[in-house]
Amino acid sequence: MFDLFYKLTGSEIVSGVIISLLPLFLFILPFALFAVLLERKVSAHMQDRLGPMRVGYHGIFQTIADILKLIQKEDIVAKDNDKFLFNLAPIIVFTGSYAAFAVIPFSSYFIGSNINLGIFYIVAITSLAVVGILMAGWASNNKYSLLGSMRSVAQIISYEIPTILVILSIVMITGTMNLNTLSEMQTGYFWNWLIFGGPGLSLTKFLLIPFMFIGFLIIYISTLAEVNRTPFDIPEAESELVSGYHTEYSGMKFAMFFLSEYANMFAVSAIVVALFLGGYQSPVGYLGDLFNAPWLIPIEQFFWFTVKGVSFVFVQMWLRWTLPRLRVDQLMTTSWKYLIPIAFFNLIIIGIITLL
Amino acid sequence: MYDIIFYLFAAVTLVSAFFVVTNRNVVYSAFFLLFTFFGIAGIYVLLGADFVAVVQVIVYVGGILILLLFGVMLTNKITNVEIKTGTINILPAAIGVGIFAGVLLAALINSDWKTLPAGKPLPTTALLGSMLIQDYLLVFELLGIILLIALIGAASIARREKV
Repeated sequence: MFDLFYKLTGSEIVSGVIISLLPLFLFILPFALFAVLLERKVSAHMQDRLGPMRVGYHGIFQTIADILKLIQKEDIVAKDNDKFLFNLAPIIVFTGSYAAFAVIPFSSYFIGSNINLGIFYIVAITSLAVVGILMAGWASNNKYSLLGSMRSVAQIISYEIPTILVILSIVMITGTMNLNTLSEMQTGYFWNWLIFGGPGLSLTKFLLIPFMFIGFLIIYISTLAEVNRTPFDIPEAESELVSGYHTEYSGMKFAMFFLSEYANMFAVSAIVVALFLGGYQSPVGYLGDLFNAPWLIPIEQFFWFTVKGVSFVFVQMWLRWTLPRLRVDQLMTTSWKYLIPIAFFNLIIIGIITLL
Repeated sequence: MYDIIFYLFAAVTLVSAFFVVTNRNVVYSAFFLLFTFFGIAGIYVLLGADFVAVVQVIVYVGGILILLLFGVMLTNKITNVEIKTGTINILPAAIGVGIFAGVLLAALINSDWKTLPAGKPLPTTALLGSMLIQDYLLVFELLGIILLIALIGAASIARREKV
């Protein structure tokens, strides 16, 4: 993809800029439109309601109508808000979640930046969102916002540790942090995915399987907490904090927080998919191979990647309308007393197995 | 073209660092530090040190800056967040800074800078890892022990019961 634009424009930097903008317009915005509607429909059907029904067939244009409404809304900045930081915070939060998409391999043909540091870069760049959240909470000059952002930051920092430990165990097995290489490794059929111990048919593969399942569960729970979804949504617990760090925001600034939340939901699902579930690889082989049409394979890969990612987003929504929210102390207990020790033991055991 | 990007990052670093020092509100200073760290990370990337750049972001933005912000916000009452810094002892400070700047400038002018031809930067992660574990193992372990000691010390100070 980069080579194509490089040929067209003749400049590394221009083609880099174009390629970094593509996921935003081709993926994040349409996905957010779809995911907001999906969430409303999922919640409605779980509660035996119909959800939005008026705009279009079964309300499929509801999100577009909502966006039009949000654009027209007055941009309210209260008198005692810190104007500069208040306006900067949504931009920083969105930059953090958008920058993570740079290294996510959507298919073998399309990856924003195929750098060796891949997953490590994602871990680093998401800390930008943490600063943005803290900034939003402080600049709002509102006790609910500040409490919400403090809770959010404490939660994200605590749950980063089990996430990194599981990522470390994957890096130990595969010896690479490049998400594209990781996905290429898990080619073939679904039993070559890392959750089933990776490619090959050696003894280590079968020894690894139970520990990979544990790692998968840990990283799924902790990424759920990192994007502040239920049952870990105490940063915006409606019954206590109105709406957390974005209580004071309205109009398009609120929409930016909303957009980055949905972008984050997909980003963490994509990370889990790329690490454990074969990334963009098809579980059963490609139609392109069957019909001898190599151009079809990247499109199929994009399809499989999106399907895997969106199904995890669906599970996140499902959990939101199923589980009650944890208390603050329970939340910290889950991370520090259960997930981190289990992740450490898992890491050590996987290390020993890899040495075999 | 890459020169323009370098000057952009350099300008971001310098301007935000200037604001960090001159701003009278400590919370503002801490937030401007974010841009300084990012500018430096960008310059590391341009130098071909990709691993160092990411570590810079992960340690300084994800760790130290958050700690700093929490410290600033929690040590004062939340209702009274306007924390001011003032200038005192201008003369000794000016002398000290002047001497330090002179030493730095002298080092900058007198040292014999190596210039390498610009090439495509290679990935450095694997190289750094094997060097840390093979050539500099003792230093690496010692640093680990120092960090562990600091951690245990901090925990013991924080948990000490008040007499």
